[in-house]
Amino acid sequence: MSTMTTTAASKTSVPLPNEPKPRFRDLCRMEWIKVASLRSTWLVLLVAAAATVFINLNGVRSDLQYLDNDLAHPTQVLPNGTVWHFVYNPLFRSLSRIAVQLMMLGGAAIGALTMFGEFSTGQVRTTFAAVPKRGGVVAAKITVLCTITTVLAFVVALVSFLGGQAMVAGRHVGLSITDPDAQIAIAAYTLVVPVCALIGMLFGALIRNATASIVAVVAFLFLLPAFFGGDKYRWVVEVRHLFPDDAEQTLAFWHKDPYQTMGRWPAGHTHAWLVYAGWAVISIVVAMVVVKKRDA
Amino acid sequence: MIELTDLTKRYGDKTAVDHLTVTVRSGTVTGFLGPNGSGKSTTLRLILGLNAPSSGAVTVDGHPFTDRPRGLRHVGALLDAQDIHGGRSAVAHLKSLAVSNRIPLRRVGEVLEEVGLAEAGRKRIGGYSLGMKQRLGIAGALLGDPPVLLFDEPLNGLDPEGVRWVREMFQRLAKEGRTVFVSSHLMSEMEHTAERLVVIGRGHLIADETLAEFSRRGSQATVLVRAPEAAALAAILTAEGADVQPADSDGDAGGLTVVGLTAPKIGELAWRNNIMLAELATQNASLEKAFMELTADAVEYAAGEAR
Repeated sequence: MSTMTTTAASKTSVPLPNEPKPRFRDLCRMEWIKVASLRSTWLVLLVAAAATVFINLNGVRSDLQYLDNDLAHPTQVLPNGTVWHFVYNPLFRSLSRIAVQLMMLGGAAIGALTMFGEFSTGQVRTTFAAVPKRGGVVAAKITVLCTITTVLAFVVALVSFLGGQAMVAGRHVGLSITDPDAQIAIAAYTLVVPVCALIGMLFGALIRNATASIVAVVAFLFLLPAFFGGDKYRWVVEVRHLFPDDAEQTLAFWHKDPYQTMGRWPAGHTHAWLVYAGWAVISIVVAMVVVKKRDA
Repeated sequence: MIELTDLTKRYGDKTAVDHLTVTVRSGTVTGFLGPNGSGKSTTLRLILGLNAPSSGAVTVDGHPFTDRPRGLRHVGALLDAQDIHGGRSAVAHLKSLAVSNRIPLRRVGEVLEEVGLAEAGRKRIGGYSLGMKQRLGIAGALLGDPPVLLFDEPLNGLDPEGVRWVREMFQRLAKEGRTVFVSSHLMSEMEHTAERLVVIGRGHLIADETLAEFSRRGSQATVLVRAPEAAALAAILTAEGADVQPADSDGDAGGLTVVGLTAPKIGELAWRNNIMLAELATQNASLEKAFMELTADAVEYAAGEAR
């Protein structure tokens, strides 16, 4: 009985008589309203999504011109004497790399925006005065951010994949959605976007300034990996395998084409998934610590 | 009630708030005065836990504010009217705050009505004037109907009607038993708003008392006296120990500003010495003057003397 009294007394938060219990989903609703009420968020996401689908389907359409000719003459003898069998890669255009990079960019921008949008405007002080427990706010931001980017990226991946396969279906070179390769590629294409959104959020929380956050996250996602190109040194290749874009390449790689190679020292699927998970965890933990510790 | 105990905040080697111990009481409007850069805003941020103190403690109604999972029902705060994302509408902004604290959404309409933004509620905040943003900030502070209210320079940008409205609202909130803590760098703003004053300069506490007590701290009352034989009168008054200066901003001659003697005493001396007086008036030391004098050596960013 005395224990109970002690617990009650030491509990730091004493609610007012009419104060309802705090719930996490209220914070998610708050963050949802914040995101939904900003035109810039929707503009970035919808433009990125529309452009991605367009690039993918247009890529497949351009394939169609050569496809019939290649299918009519599937075996060719090259000038050096080797025999070449035509294999159509149904993922290369429908889930193209350049398009996923656009989605990654959009996700990173939205992720950064959720943080610098608060800090650069001073809105964060209004937010934390309403919800003094900062961890809950960050967790709600992560929840809303990951939900939006995952749903949108999944729709984009699905439309791109199914649309692309439908266009080549008449030639019987398409891939079924039940194919494990297809499923892994769609999952990789989808999940790289929330991972980049979380990385964007991390940069936004660290830098707090709009322009600097965006420049930094773009440099990190797309410029920095370019320094680790080539197949000469193993450590260079291994560093390259740590970036999300490279992990997406690994997962979406089409293994049934004997003429395509992943280069020396390729990364495995498990490694690639761990890269996704690693960046997500690092981003969440660091953003959480930084937001909690630093003055608002 | 807000209790600051030995509260200190340092940024590098600069001390913004220096061992501040103050109790802000409920049921009264307390003005929080200090020159620019004296640490007012930092203190308010420390109260809300937005900034962590270097040492010392601050509680709101007995508890550190950061221990509250949700804040709006405990403290309503307007720190800076610009602390808001300009891309949203006032309604969306207040709705997001209300849902986070499980405050019924009808409060959004109510507070917008109360601050006079019912019409503009659906427009983007980015297009608001400073006065409208102040009103929106006040609406946000009132949302949770809290017992403690903090306002940082709430009168900035408000028109005279708005200033009067805010003052009346502060007094009504205090009458309802709430703690109302209002910062300003202008004494004149607080003169008709606050009953108590907390004055700081360079992060130090300078005064914590009622308005009446504070006004008595200022310079002694001066007396303006005008006489045709000003020089003779000046000599007599100086002989009595008064400090006599020619009254400045005085077109016609004969005006003297006297410190150290009361008006009746000056009248008596003049009568005894057969000096005719044209004017004799006590000039009360203004609160503004008291404030300027008290904070004179604590002004952080003084402009160069105008010459």
